[in-house]
Amino acid sequence: MKYQSVFDIIGPVMVGPSSSHTAGAARIGRAARLIFGIKPTWATVHLYGSFAKTYRGHGTDLAIAGGLLGYDTDDDRIRFALETAEKHNMKIEFIEDTAATEHPNTARIKLGTEKSSMELVGVSIGGGKVEITELNGFELRMSGNKPAILIMHNDRFGAIASVTQILAQHEINIAHMEVSRKDVGKDALMVIETDQNVEDDVMQVLEKASHINRVSRLMN
Amino acid sequence: MFRNVAELLEQANADSISISEVMIRQEMDVHQRSREEVMGQMERNLQIMEEAVERGLKGVTSHSGLTGNDAVLLQQYMAKGNTLSGHLLLDAVSKAVATNEVNAAMGMICATPTAGSAGCVPGALFAVKERLNPTREQMVHFLFTAGAFGFVVANNASISGAEGGCQAEVGSAAAMASAAVVEMAGGTPEQSAEAFAITLKNMLGLVCDPVAGLVEVPCIKRNAAGASNAIVSADMALAGITSRIPCDEVIGAMYRIGKSMPSALRETAEGGLAATPTGRRLADMIYGITKGKE
Repeated sequence: MKYQSVFDIIGPVMVGPSSSHTAGAARIGRAARLIFGIKPTWATVHLYGSFAKTYRGHGTDLAIAGGLLGYDTDDDRIRFALETAEKHNMKIEFIEDTAATEHPNTARIKLGTEKSSMELVGVSIGGGKVEITELNGFELRMSGNKPAILIMHNDRFGAIASVTQILAQHEINIAHMEVSRKDVGKDALMVIETDQNVEDDVMQVLEKASHINRVSRLMN
Repeated sequence: MFRNVAELLEQANADSISISEVMIRQEMDVHQRSREEVMGQMERNLQIMEEAVERGLKGVTSHSGLTGNDAVLLQQYMAKGNTLSGHLLLDAVSKAVATNEVNAAMGMICATPTAGSAGCVPGALFAVKERLNPTREQMVHFLFTAGAFGFVVANNASISGAEGGCQAEVGSAAAMASAAVVEMAGGTPEQSAEAFAITLKNMLGLVCDPVAGLVEVPCIKRNAAGASNAIVSADMALAGITSRIPCDEVIGAMYRIGKSMPSALRETAEGGLAATPTGRRLADMIYGITKGKE
């Protein structure tokens, strides 16, 4: 079942005017920012379907910019997010893309600094709820409003076991887990949604585990 | 977790508890949270709804200038005491409009189940409150009952206008409100389900055609219709009227109707009222002005 909580239905508390085009958009932007881990200096946002057709009326651009600045759905500062982004030297470009997508409210966010970049696809499925469906070319399914860790690793046996063992040692419960890879034995992505936030000390241990290349996280 | 309305009723009847109580217990169980936490979060949502209504009743105008202050007009009209549809119904309508006017002005609201349909549930709640004098806790329960039905719709159909049209948003919201009104008025869980079915049936086929893509025209007035529909259907269910088509099947019909709606009528601002000569003219005017400012 896509919706697990009554607060997905009665909620979120948010700045208007649209739960899917404003609150959901802010959550997609915020997920991108949190997974990237640091303030990006640039972002290119492709909007599809209804997002592309109506984003100005719904403040979708403000909301995504707000999310990239780290704002949540009920943050009043969303209204001035584009100006704020400019002040923070964050260059954000919005592109109305005509390509067909599976869901009408889809955004593809490419963001980065001079040193590194990341690409994420998020879908706003209704009522403010979102799903992150792609990260750096890897397919995944993540709600974006639960704590999660995303681990880039080599597709070798034992990689998953070492990660789950570390989580178990730190008494972190796994709510949902997915692994995807582009090719056998090459780069792979592990996405683990957890019931508890994964703290700094656990992140450091995870980064040192064998076959692990990069670890990022979402905190609640 | 209950997957449909039939299971929701089954759980309520098996334990002899209300629908709101089923929802509260499920939320505690699934998310490992205490009753205080769950009730507290819903209480905060109630608070936000109350503040939005208060703000809207003082009068707000949207950034585009297309909408605002209709809630005030209604309250002034009601104060003259000579209305046709009666005080409670118009009170619900004005409070639904107030909420959506605040939403359109990028104010703070609580999505129920979405922002565009955020007026129906609080509109009905705060109007019925004047008649039934519920405790604060009963008002929180009202939101859990509404949420329980919305939960079923979201998981079996859709609450997204882009996916299912306005019937998925305002239709769902109105039906959720209707079911909650019945519980607050002392109706049975079955009567709540009947009210839900009757309301949603009357909103099937409603398209999402926002002028200029803004959550203003016709969204705000559709919430007015949703709130009044909710209260009338609640009265029908409390009178003992039942829906010939069961609740879960109505939800299924809503989903299939949404699936067969063309994209132009699902929140793309390309069809319906958005595509009328006036709709297009307003869009040109609004974006012309915005572009001029940049």
